[in-house]
Amino acid sequence: MKTGRGAIRMASNGRPVRPFIMPSTLSGRLGVWRYLILRRITQLTILLLFFGTAHWGWSVAGRPLLSGNLSSSRLLDLVPMADPFAVLQIFLTRHMLQPEVLIGAGIVLVFYALVGGRVWCAWVCPVNMVTDLAGWLRTRLGIRDMFHVNRDIRYSVLALTLVLSFLTGVAAFEWVSPISMFHRELIFGAGLGWTAVLGVFLFDLLVVKHGWCGHLCPLGAFYALVGRFAPVRVGFDAPTCTHCGECARVCPEPQVLNLRQAAEAGMIRSGECTNCGRCIPVCPEGTLQFDLRHRIGAADQSHESKPHQRRLA
Amino acid sequence: MEQNARREFFIRLAQGTALAATGGLIWSALLQQQAKAMPNALRPPGALDEDDFQALCIKCGLCVRDCPYDTLRLSTAGDSVPIGTPYFLPREIPCYMCPDIPCKVACPTGALTPELTDINGARMGLAVIDIENCLSWQGLRCEICHRECPLTDTAITVEHNPRKISKHALFVPIVHSDACTGCGICEKACPTDEAAIRVVAHELVQGKIGDHYRLGWKVDTTITPDFKPYEKSGPLPVAPDASGGLDYLNEGVP
Ligand code: SF4
Ligand code: SF4
Ligand code: SF4
Ligand code: SF4
Ligand code: SF4
Repeated sequence: MKTGRGAIRMASNGRPVRPFIMPSTLSGRLGVWRYLILRRITQLTILLLFFGTAHWGWSVAGRPLLSGNLSSSRLLDLVPMADPFAVLQIFLTRHMLQPEVLIGAGIVLVFYALVGGRVWCAWVCPVNMVTDLAGWLRTRLGIRDMFHVNRDIRYSVLALTLVLSFLTGVAAFEWVSPISMFHRELIFGAGLGWTAVLGVFLFDLLVVKHGWCGHLCPLGAFYALVGRFAPVRVGFDAPTCTHCGECARVCPEPQVLNLRQAAEAGMIRSGECTNCGRCIPVCPEGTLQFDLRHRIGAADQSHESKPHQRRLA
Repeated sequence: MEQNARREFFIRLAQGTALAATGGLIWSALLQQQAKAMPNALRPPGALDEDDFQALCIKCGLCVRDCPYDTLRLSTAGDSVPIGTPYFLPREIPCYMCPDIPCKVACPTGALTPELTDINGARMGLAVIDIENCLSWQGLRCEICHRECPLTDTAITVEHNPRKISKHALFVPIVHSDACTGCGICEKACPTDEAAIRVVAHELVQGKIGDHYRLGWKVDTTITPDFKPYEKSGPLPVAPDASGGLDYLNEGVP
């Protein structure tokens, strides 16, 4: 390799450290953007299904396709779904809920506990599109953080939400949530909810990078806890990793890409990982791939005989 | 060294607590203000008391979607109704009192109570008449509200004020709170520029007499235990049978 930029750095596994290079062909780029495109498709499709059902009467066999909104909905007038965090808040206001919404919350909870809690964030939540845009713009414009905010603050906001719901007798986050406001007004007609979303956008753009989703949002924190033991994880094939750091550069939650811990676990274990798949295509070594927790566990067992080798890698 | 670390820890703890307390105070003030935003929001049939309703409604809009008349809407940020909750404006689209109450059926949380099974039992608000602007109260024969009311002659009756010397006879509508559901069909139908009959939340128009007043002239008023003039008198005195009274007055009339 004649780079003319001095010596090629070698990783501890004996491989050269290569940078990620964006392919120049369209198909190559589409390959890199595959998860991004898929995520936008699911996010927009879900919104469209809600909107079409509400405004154009979309239905299948006379059953409304997807009615309600992301707080509580009904698929084909049959399957109830509800936001488990909203239900938890209402529960704490000491009101008894009807079974339908409890079942709906249970269904949603089990789903995200399986696919990864913050799959909600990366694949469903409409605010994610806004904050992703802010993050992208901010990198483009080279805006620096105004100050440092601890990423664990979101868990305090989560706790505060629950305490306030108990004390005030109304679901505390639901009444101020830019997420609910945004999707509700996208579906049921616009009011001033967009100002809250604009606030989130500007905060993310100008004040703190990934400020809302990565530091403050209690719903994201809730789902991080829900997905703590989810089977679907980003697997980490430690021996191939050159510590180039490309993954952490694109990750909205870079603290989860602690490569030492990832090597030990064979995966990105933290529930704060959104399973967005950004890191997967940018890794020049193919180290990161979606995988299932139990398979990774099984692979670990087979390596057990020579642990020092794995450590080295 | 150790002392410093401990001091650091306590300072951090205090900072965290202060931050949480301040944030919590601002946040709860916001919530209180929101919740009290508009006491006159007219809720869908079967809505619980406003406090319970606000706590339970998950703001899903399922009721809105299932209303066949597009009566209901979800309030948006900036509306005067607490955010995200369903309400209706009867002058635009009233509630047509569907016998199967689809809005209530759709509600997944019970904010619209499943206990409401008869739409005539709904109490969304109470119609009140501005007698200074009601056409009938001026002496015109309007009575449109009376004709349009789904519970006509129960929720609204027309009373006859007979003609007096140099005074026009009046046929005036009167609303009865024991039957009016607050559907607002009357408000929608009223032909005046601004509706002279309007549905208003009960708390805003209904008074309360107080338990200590006795309307002694009413037949069904009982003498209650806190008022016992005759300690050991037997059964309550029974009013004399008055059925003959009218006949007596009409005696001899052809
Ligand atoms: S962190 Fe909050 S706003 Fe961001 S994507 Fe997740 S739920 Fe949505
Ligand atoms: S680790 Fe990968 S999948 Fe997880 S949040 Fe970061 S970029 Fe997304
Ligand atoms: S009773 Fe019928 S018209 Fe009235 S709010 Fe419910 S669905 Fe709409
Ligand atoms: S259906 Fe029930 S929970 Fe949903 S918006 Fe209407 S009243 Fe609220
Ligand atoms: S609101 Fe008007 S139309 Fe409806 S029940 Fe009451 S008096 Fe009748």
